[in-house]
Parts: sequence; C-alpha cells; structure tokens
Amino acid sequence: MDLLRWGRSPWGEWVLTHVSWNLFWASLFAGVLFFVAHASYMLFSAHRKRPAAETDALEAKYKNLPPKIERHNLTARLFHWVMAAAMFTLLFTAFLPVAGIKFPWVQWHWMAGIVLTGAILFHIIHASFFLDFWSIWVGPKDIPEFRAELLREMGHDVPGPRSGKYPLGNRLYHLAQVFTSLSVIATGLFMLKRVRTPLFVRNPYLFADSTWGVTYVVHGLAGVALVGLVIAHVYFAVRPEKWWITKAMIFGWITRRQYLEHHEPSRWRVSSSTGTSGTAKPAGQA
Amino acid sequence: MAVIRDVMPVFELYQPASVDAALALLEKHGGDAWVLAGGLDSMDWLKDRLRKPRVVVDLSNIAELRGIKEVNGGLEIGAMTTLTEVVRHPVVRERYAILMEAAELVASPQIRNQGTIGGNVSQDTRCWYYRGGWTCYRAGGNICYADTPTAVNREHAIFDADRCVAVNPSDTAPALVALDAQMVIRGPKGERVVPAEDYWIGPGIDITRMNVVQPGELLVAIRIPATMAGAQFYFEKVRDRQVWDFPLVNVAAAIKATGGTIGEARLVVNAVAATPKRLKNVEAFIAGKPRNEDTAKAAGEMAVQGAQTLRHNGYKVPLMRNLVKRAIRGQDTAAPRTT
Repeated sequence: MDLLRWGRSPWGEWVLTHVSWNLFWASLFAGVLFFVAHASYMLFSAHRKRPAAETDALEAKYKNLPPKIERHNLTARLFHWVMAAAMFTLLFTAFLPVAGIKFPWVQWHWMAGIVLTGAILFHIIHASFFLDFWSIWVGPKDIPEFRAELLREMGHDVPGPRSGKYPLGNRLYHLAQVFTSLSVIATGLFMLKRVRTPLFVRNPYLFADSTWGVTYVVHGLAGVALVGLVIAHVYFAVRPEKWWITKAMIFGWITRRQYLEHHEPSRWRVSSSTGTSGTAKPAGQA
Repeated sequence: MAVIRDVMPVFELYQPASVDAALALLEKHGGDAWVLAGGLDSMDWLKDRLRKPRVVVDLSNIAELRGIKEVNGGLEIGAMTTLTEVVRHPVVRERYAILMEAAELVASPQIRNQGTIGGNVSQDTRCWYYRGGWTCYRAGGNICYADTPTAVNREHAIFDADRCVAVNPSDTAPALVALDAQMVIRGPKGERVVPAEDYWIGPGIDITRMNVVQPGELLVAIRIPATMAGAQFYFEKVRDRQVWDFPLVNVAAAIKATGGTIGEARLVVNAVAATPKRLKNVEAFIAGKPRNEDTAKAAGEMAVQGAQTLRHNGYKVPLMRNLVKRAIRGQDTAAPRTT
C-alpha cells in the first residue's frame, strides 16, 4: 500500500503531492475497529465510577454543594458545537469525494476551514484567560491517575485518584486534537493561497514545489487522522455510561452525585455558592 | 532518457467485434486498459508516453457502434461514426444542420475521416501543461500550472474554474447540448442514458475526468430527439487558424421563432469552461422577445456575466459576448444543406 503520492515537477524532479487516499480507508477502518473492539470489551468490563458507598460518604461530606454543578459555560458549549459543525463539514467535504460521492466540495471545505480556524483562535483565548487553562492538559502529575484508570479498565477495583474536571481520556483526546487540528489549520491556511477565494490573491508559487508537497502531505495526514479521532469521539459521546458528559456539553451542568462519582473534588474544586440558575460555578471562575 | 515520440509504445492490442466483448475486456484488464476510438486523442497520449496502458481495446471493428439510424422521429448516431459520416448524412444536413456545421468545423478533412463523434465529445482537454505531462491537479497533483501569475493561458477557462482552468475543446459537444441529445452509456451494470447537458463534468465535481463515463464503461451512441429538429440553428467557431485547430470559443444555438419572436431556445458555448456551458439565463431572457439587435446585444452582455479571466484570456469575454450576440441575431444561420 502506497502511503504517499509523488508527481514530477516542471524541472523533472520528483516531488510529494498528497498522501495516498488509502490512508483515509485505513483511518476509517481503524476508527471502526476501535469502536467495535471497545464496545465489545465494555460489555464485560467493570464500570469505572466511584462505588456507591464511597459516593454516599462524599455526598455527606459535600452536602453544601448545590444539586447542579456547571461543567461547561454557554460560551464553551457554543464553541464546541460550532467547531463540531465545522469539523464535520470539513471531513465530509474532504472525504466523500474520495469515497466516490462527487460534488463541488472545495468552496464548502475552505469556508468550513475558516470557521474552524476562527473558532479555535477564539477557544485559545477563551481557555487561556477565562477558563481553568491547565485542567485539560496532561502531564507527569497524571501518572497515578493513568495507572489507576488502566487497572480499572482491566476490571480491578482500585482506590487511586479520580479525574479532575476532565477524564484522562478527554485530556489525551484533546492533546491529539491539538496536534492534528493545528497541523490541518496551519497547512490549510497556506493552501488557501492556491485556490480562488475572496480572501487572498492566489499565489501558487508562495513555496517551492517540494515545500508545497510537504504542506499537502501534512494536511492529508492530519485529515485522515481526524477521521479516526472523530469516530472515536462520537462513539464515546453516545456511549450510555458517557452520556452524562455529552449531556453536560448540551445543557452545561452535571449533578452533584455525578460530580462526586466521577471526579476528585480536590482536583476539580467547585464553589459551594450558587448562581442565579442555582448551578454552582467551579471555584475560581466567574 | 529522451522519449521517442513518433514510435508507438508496446501494448497488447485487442480488436473486439462486439460491445459486450469490449466491455468484457475492459472488465478483465481494469486500469491497465485504454479505449481507442478514432485514435486522434489517444495517439498523442501514447506516443508521448504520458499514458502507458498495458492493453489497448480498439473499438473500430464493432459494427454496432457505427452508423446513423432514425429512431422515434430522431436520430441515433453510433459512437464510432466518423465525423465525415455525420457531416454527409442527409437527415443530419436537413434537420440537424447545427451538428453538421459543428462536425464540419472540426480540425481537417483527414482528421474528420478518422475521428469519431464519440471520440470528439469524449476527448480530453488540450491544456498543454496537462498534456505536457506535468503533475497538475488534473493529473493528480496539487497545482494548476495554467493558473499562475506567469502562466501562458490564452486558451483557458473564463467560467467555472475550480483549481483547474482547462476547457473542453469539442466542437460537436455544444451542438449536441443545443439539440437536447442523450448519451447512451453501456457498462457491466447495463445501459444508462444521460442527457448531453450532464455528460461533461467540471473540475469542481471531479478534477481528473472530463465526462461521466466510468472506467469499464463505453459511450455507445448519441440519440438526438426530434425536439429541436428543423429549428433555426447557428454555429460559429473562432480559432487561431481556419483549419486544423481547436476552438478559442464556439457557440451553438437552436432557436424556435415564430414571426420574429423567439420561442424555445437552447444556447451553448464551449471552450470557455471545462464543460459546454449552456446559457440558461440567456435562454430565459430571450424567450418571448423579438429576434433583433437589441435582444442580441442584451443577451451578449448577460452571457458573460460572472466571467473570471486569467492573465492572457481576457479577449474571450468580448469574443463570447459577440458570438452570443451573433447567434441571437441569427445572421448566417446553419441552414439545411442538400449537397
């Protein structure tokens, strides 16, 4: 199976042109395979939330918390769904033609790319200055949680730490998305110079052929990776035991019990004061 | 290593005697097979070593693909019918003179003797960057060499470019769209009939192909209904020299007029986009209007709205405007011929 496609430049040199679209099918297959394998495994695996008795004890301890706890504010939720719409448009316009469904896709593709770029720029600013920036990142401090989560996945009932605001899987997924999305956006913005748009004067000679080749290949690799990543994301979003997280991305809040069942109060501190909606704000946030 | 351009490369030649046998060969050899009609497009590709098929399926021995017959008040033209046969056919000359005129303006007599109508409508674009073997968008790459600040793009598109700016070079294609023809395509899954208007596809839909014929399929016939038979026709082709050249712009018009008032009209321009461009807005505009200078002038202006020129093809805008104007005005219409 070819991974890359090459072409000949006017100077007779072999230059990269694209990734092989075989990689799209590979990514699609990997995403579906993961979905089937994980779903099969989950039929038999132990649930990973805190045992009921332990949660009851925590409820008694944190009884001053309100019944609803804000997980995503309206701005964050709007960003998420705008980004999701842009991402689906990008993936469908990029890969449906590869799959044989032909339509004029280029204009929709670059317009969705502009929306995604704007949304992510907004998200970077919003998350940096108005949210708990570090809550989504992973680092050495997460190794004990990683170990505990791994053991729980294997069916062991271990007392190790629960997650902060975002489960470990969420944070690892976000990390992968950061790399793939920023790659696809950075290369895509340069590629806009190659097509007719009202935004730029076309200049296909901005880079040398070989540099353009690398740009297209990185864009393609990130694009096919996103196929698998998005399949995994949607799969987890619709899984019954994860539905409380998805619901929080729609309505913005989780219940106090869900908070105590799935999170470590010391790692995601929630203020006991409530807003006008009766929903507690995370500590340190407006 | 230098390419020896005048010598044919090695390939296995098959000359099936039926469409079914040809389809079986295409199915058997898949992407290794190349379909040969009159050969006038194919020979360039093969001799330049830009296409290197292992197998060539020559359709010239298939009798059912040749000839013109009257069907349901219209005509059915076999895809392997030569352009000369089309030009000389009495019914074409009498009732579909626009097709005769278009076919007669293709290239040179020798080429019309060898070239087929199926090949003429299905030929690949003549963009020389693409034909020169450079890996442009149409050849699977990521650049259009004809749409760069320094490109030589005098013959390229002023409409509907989507990354690639190549144009459709066929003369008979716009005439067939004007006649509301239907293209009969046969493949392993059976036969399908596609309106001529939908036969060609632009780069926005599929940048590597010019028409809807899928690998393994064959264009077997072109059906021309009686719809526009005997209408007032106009065909004009402008090219750099008066023989043996592709159009810079051509226009085909089929107009039904009553007492100087335009009724139904079909107006098509080619060599301005990757597909023959039917001017539906102009057709709607001229319907019910008198066929005079004012209508023609306004139609010409309307026809070129939205044109996007490249560095060297700005002349195509006034050229197309004037051709449309002349087609509506109807001077020197393609009249029935008897010789």
